Amino acid sequence: MANGSVAEVKEALAGVGYLADEPAALVSFLAQKLGKPVLVEGPAGVGKTELAKALSRATGRELVRLQCYEGLDEAKAMYEWNYRKQLLRIQAGGSQGEWEDVQDDIFSSDFLLERPLMQAIASPEPVVLLIDEIDKTDQEFEAMLLELLSDFQITIPELGRIEATTMPIVVLTSNDSRELTEALKRRCLYLWLDYPELEREMEIVRLHAPDLPETLARRLVEVIRMIRDLDLKKPPSIAESIDWARTLLLMGAEDIDQETFTQSMSIIVKHRTDIDLVAERVGVKLADPLRAES
Amino acid sequence: MPTPYGPKADAGPPGMAAKLLGFCEELRGEGVAVGTSELLDAFAALSEVDWTKREDFREALAATIAKSQDDRRVFELLFERYFFRSAEAEAVQRGVTENQEGAPPAGEGERFDMSELSEAIREAMAAGDDDRMRDLARLAIAAFGRAEGSGVVGVDVQRIRRTLGLTAGQQPPNEDGSERPPIDREQLTGFERHLRRELERDLIERTETLPPSRPLAELDRALPTSPTQDLAAVHRAVSQMKRRLATLGHEQRGRKKGQMVDVRRTMRASLETGGVPLRLRYRPKRPRRPEIYVLCDVSTSVTSASVFFLSVLHALHDSFRKLRSFVFIERISEVTDVFEHERDFATIAQRISSEGGVADVSGYTDYGRVWLEFLTEISEELDPRSTVIVLGDARTNGREPHAEVFAQVAEKAGRLFWLNPEPKLYWNYGDSVMAAYERHCDGAFECWTTKHLENFVNVVAGAAPASE
Repeated sequence: MANGSVAEVKEALAGVGYLADEPAALVSFLAQKLGKPVLVEGPAGVGKTELAKALSRATGRELVRLQCYEGLDEAKAMYEWNYRKQLLRIQAGGSQGEWEDVQDDIFSSDFLLERPLMQAIASPEPVVLLIDEIDKTDQEFEAMLLELLSDFQITIPELGRIEATTMPIVVLTSNDSRELTEALKRRCLYLWLDYPELEREMEIVRLHAPDLPETLARRLVEVIRMIRDLDLKKPPSIAESIDWARTLLLMGAEDIDQETFTQSMSIIVKHRTDIDLVAERVGVKLADPLRAES
Repeated sequence: MPTPYGPKADAGPPGMAAKLLGFCEELRGEGVAVGTSELLDAFAALSEVDWTKREDFREALAATIAKSQDDRRVFELLFERYFFRSAEAEAVQRGVTENQEGAPPAGEGERFDMSELSEAIREAMAAGDDDRMRDLARLAIAAFGRAEGSGVVGVDVQRIRRTLGLTAGQQPPNEDGSERPPIDREQLTGFERHLRRELERDLIERTETLPPSRPLAELDRALPTSPTQDLAAVHRAVSQMKRRLATLGHEQRGRKKGQMVDVRRTMRASLETGGVPLRLRYRPKRPRRPEIYVLCDVSTSVTSASVFFLSVLHALHDSFRKLRSFVFIERISEVTDVFEHERDFATIAQRISSEGGVADVSGYTDYGRVWLEFLTEISEELDPRSTVIVLGDARTNGREPHAEVFAQVAEKAGRLFWLNPEPKLYWNYGDSVMAAYERHCDGAFECWTTKHLENFVNVVAGAAPASE
């Protein structure tokens, strides 16, 4: 995509089915212009990961994804020596080869297993690198990322420095379950994604469920917002609004009344205690005033 | 003013760079860590976006400078203020004033029709049109008339709003009976913000001086308005506190200071070395497990603080095994069981409000009665090792405070602390009888932010209080 301006980025993202708000579009634009990684934070299910995917689609770049989890280490994230192949090489060339040659050989890139971070750096084509849920890892891992994030290079003791030939777009996401280190934050652009405004969420829902009539979409988004205002364990995310919209279509519902709501509630609320609370508060509301209004 | 980042930058030639530096300086003053690398990023980002679009300009700055939700909130508050002030300062310096003759022609010589204006404002608010709202705010100020103004911006804003008949929520129907759409609270505060700003601009223009800039009030950024967000913040802070409480114990266990030699074990160990006690064995130091009694006011006067306090209670229950908690309004009621059997905070809050049975008739706090009840119920169990913590605002609603009963409680308990959700400034004003109780406390603290809480935790855990 042509990246002349913020508006163009926004359009390109919309073109691949991601309706970005102003800040999101601007930060995506800056990320490409400045070549800085983006740290995206926000509650679960507001489209943090989706932003990276949309960027990859919009720019036509391949998406390299690193899913973080507790205990993730260098060997899984960056690179690993292919130990078995190295052993084979030593055994195969055991008699004739000089030790020096063998040593040089087994620590060459042929024996390197590339993991996501390495892939992103070494790729000849520019990629989008998604480091998902960085807050799940420990601080040591963050520190390891610093070299990659600021200089786009990885140092392997036996091989030396491997620099990125092309500039990847790096997106890190975090659910804010732990405070990230200052050092990491300093290297990133910061974007906070929140639940979208009513109008924008309606657009999103209608984009993904185009057959849904507008009045129903509006009602749906209003109910979702009402539910989010309750203090739930897991408030419904955008993805769940979309799922619900599709469910309503399948059910052939024409209005969200109490009956349809209780039937399809499990799509958007996924904790037993939450279900009780929502049924009590929202179900009752749907039974009277909203109906009277329409 | 010396800062951790070196002396304040020279303002230099007028221009954006100097203004931005000034802005960052102010952010640093509010505790946002803006390093040089952030500044460089900000400049790099600004060279890529269109400066004339306010939105883009602000977002570009925010993305590079404010790197957490908290920072972002401070950023928003300061951004508005700083750039407004610097624009006004420039205007004053250059003697730019607004052309008064060019004032709204419709208003010449006649009074505005208030109801028409009010309608127009409603429309602009519903449409969310910021520019139009600003124009209308100016019109409203002109219509209201400068002469009638009180000179205090905040008062004038409310007066104008009332004159225009604007309130949040459902609207009374028009004269002709047609319904009017309800006004959103946010839209209304948006309009008030415009009013406030225009009034301030007006004031600056007349006096040709800028009012002194104040640091952000602690309250402004301490308590975000949305209740769920609020809860999350408290929980984060409390979990930090929990960790701190846990490590505090270890710290003391590790210290050699004040350890007792365990003679029996030393003798036994000496058998290895032929009866010569080479290695001293110490008695293991058990961390003090304080017995804590917490009394928490849950009446309406401390509504905003109750959630905070209840989550503090929640966290305390995780950290101390011997903890008994009570809630009170007019009567006292023990809720230890609730906390021990429920893990979920929302359920706890709900159960306390439904089955606490603490409100009797009026729903106003009665401290005197609470002490009496507490003393009769618990007095045998209080001993010098126990700590009593009271969470409340000491507002008795004019009832008998029974300070002498409170003194008895204080005497029986080893330590007694009071956490007051009101700033110290408000203590003893109105029906607050803090002074009567404070005398008997081992410490009374104002406590409405997590920082205050940490300070208090230090005291309870036995460390020296952090300096203010």
